[in-house]
Amino acid sequence: MSAELAVRLQATDPIPLAVDFGVSRWEMLALVGPSGSGKTTVLRAIAGLHRPRQGEIDCGSDCWLDTARGIHWRPQMRRVGMVFQDYALFPHLTAQENLQIAMGDGGGVHSGDRARDLLARVRLKGLEERYPEQLSGGQQQRVAVARALARDPRVLLLDEPFSAVDMMTRARLQRELALLRQEIDIPIVLVTHDLQEAQTIADRICVLHNGRSLQTGAPAEVFARPCSAHVARLLGLHNVFAGSIVRRDGTPRLQWHGRELEVAEVADLPEATPVDWYIPDADILLHRRGRPSRGERENPVEGVVEECVRLGSQSSVVLRSREGGDRIRFEVSTHAARRNGIEPGVTARVSLLARAIHVMPRAT
Amino acid sequence: MDWTAFWLSLELAAWTTAILLPIGIVVGRWLAYHRFRGRGFVEALVALPLVLPPTVLGYYLLVTFSTDQPVGAFWQSLTGSGLNFSFPGIVIASVIFNIPFAIQPVQRAFETVPMHLREAAWCSGLSPWRTFRRVELPLVWPGVVSAFVLTFVHTIGEFGVVLMVGGAIDGETRTVAIAIYDRVQAFDEEAAGAMSLLLLVTSFVAIALVYALAGKRRSIGVR
Repeated sequence: MSAELAVRLQATDPIPLAVDFGVSRWEMLALVGPSGSGKTTVLRAIAGLHRPRQGEIDCGSDCWLDTARGIHWRPQMRRVGMVFQDYALFPHLTAQENLQIAMGDGGGVHSGDRARDLLARVRLKGLEERYPEQLSGGQQQRVAVARALARDPRVLLLDEPFSAVDMMTRARLQRELALLRQEIDIPIVLVTHDLQEAQTIADRICVLHNGRSLQTGAPAEVFARPCSAHVARLLGLHNVFAGSIVRRDGTPRLQWHGRELEVAEVADLPEATPVDWYIPDADILLHRRGRPSRGERENPVEGVVEECVRLGSQSSVVLRSREGGDRIRFEVSTHAARRNGIEPGVTARVSLLARAIHVMPRAT
Repeated sequence: MDWTAFWLSLELAAWTTAILLPIGIVVGRWLAYHRFRGRGFVEALVALPLVLPPTVLGYYLLVTFSTDQPVGAFWQSLTGSGLNFSFPGIVIASVIFNIPFAIQPVQRAFETVPMHLREAAWCSGLSPWRTFRRVELPLVWPGVVSAFVLTFVHTIGEFGVVLMVGGAIDGETRTVAIAIYDRVQAFDEEAAGAMSLLLLVTSFVAIALVYALAGKRRSIGVR
């Protein structure tokens, strides 16, 4: 599938940027990263509100930005639908008028009908004559989405659209957006700092840091196989450790504090290459006390429990490995933790499942 | 009651306001939206007539308007008569004296319109002119009306600058404020009292209007 929206930006000042990604029709890409990572700047550049020093942005067959050729379309010409973080509804216009103004003079006599239809699509039937201040946060967000769609945009841009509402409303709005998406055949770019949100509603995520796009891919792929320890940390992943690759009879193994771990697959790295590796919490199995456990022989690691926090039905456990002293964090059911006597100070054993160990080349 | 003076004051106020209001909107908006070097200097210059004694401003204008100075000479070559002691002269003086009243309320009003709203308008396809007309102007309207009312009323009540530049020529430069002074000098307290009461009521109504509009601005949710 070719990208309908292609974005390549480079800049060193005023805001450093080095991003390169494409978004297809029907696809939603989430730009994720900590505050100040440049997510919103990238979105503003797509909308034409920020003019980067160098870059190209193409939408379909149109070139919106090409600094080398001196092309920079104004926001009015780009036909983007933008939902601002604070919604930026026009306070002196009703919900319906907020939509009609975006339909332009060409909307004609039918613009009223179209605006009412759009408002009905975002479940705001009956509230057409309300002013923004007479609407709840969730309703304002829906008006903002409807207004963004009112122009028949070629790209939909959402800047932290769920950050200003409570948890309950957020979940509902996310569901509504997911439903609405099925009817919109344009690329959607979502900016969020909420990784859970990005994972839930986006088709692909692009991890940004200091204005650089570090990794772009399907959420499951990016979370299971981050391209570097840096990305893993930005994604809030635990269990990122340092090691090196060794080969035994041609089989690569992961050397970690003097012991060797089985790994399922390793990129073609030469002997003794220093690497970082990561294992998801879910692929760390706690051995049962006194009884053989599933996968017991697979990369067994012994350590001392440093922390065991009960969070409802699940408990979060931190095990300090006997060799090397790395902290391995995983979750077990509170019931299993109790049955196995997991508490700070006791010795416990876990298995690190070989198929889940993800080896990453270390950045130089 | 000197009705000639009263009508002259209204005419002066109308001219001053008509000239200043577009300037106030353009400069006020520019000061609200642009950050540049020397902005503080420009803002100080705009506010200067507020603190400058009217006689000082009047004196400088009197000198500038004199026909042996470039401005006065230019005006004379254009119209055949001098600026001092003429109606056009007091209009120009009033315009300069009222600059802060026309610009500051408009500037404050534009400052309350968030940048995001203008960007949202652009992303909604509105040209800069339509953004101004459909989004900015409706939101800053109370500020514009404040500027209008303050300039108008302040011009009607103006005394020092007009007296310095215009003197008190009947039907040409004697405004109602100067007429009151003349009547007091002539011990005609009845006429002075009537005209003073008229100015008092006009000023109060105008200020009440400004406050009522300021209240309205708060209620439409512009923060």
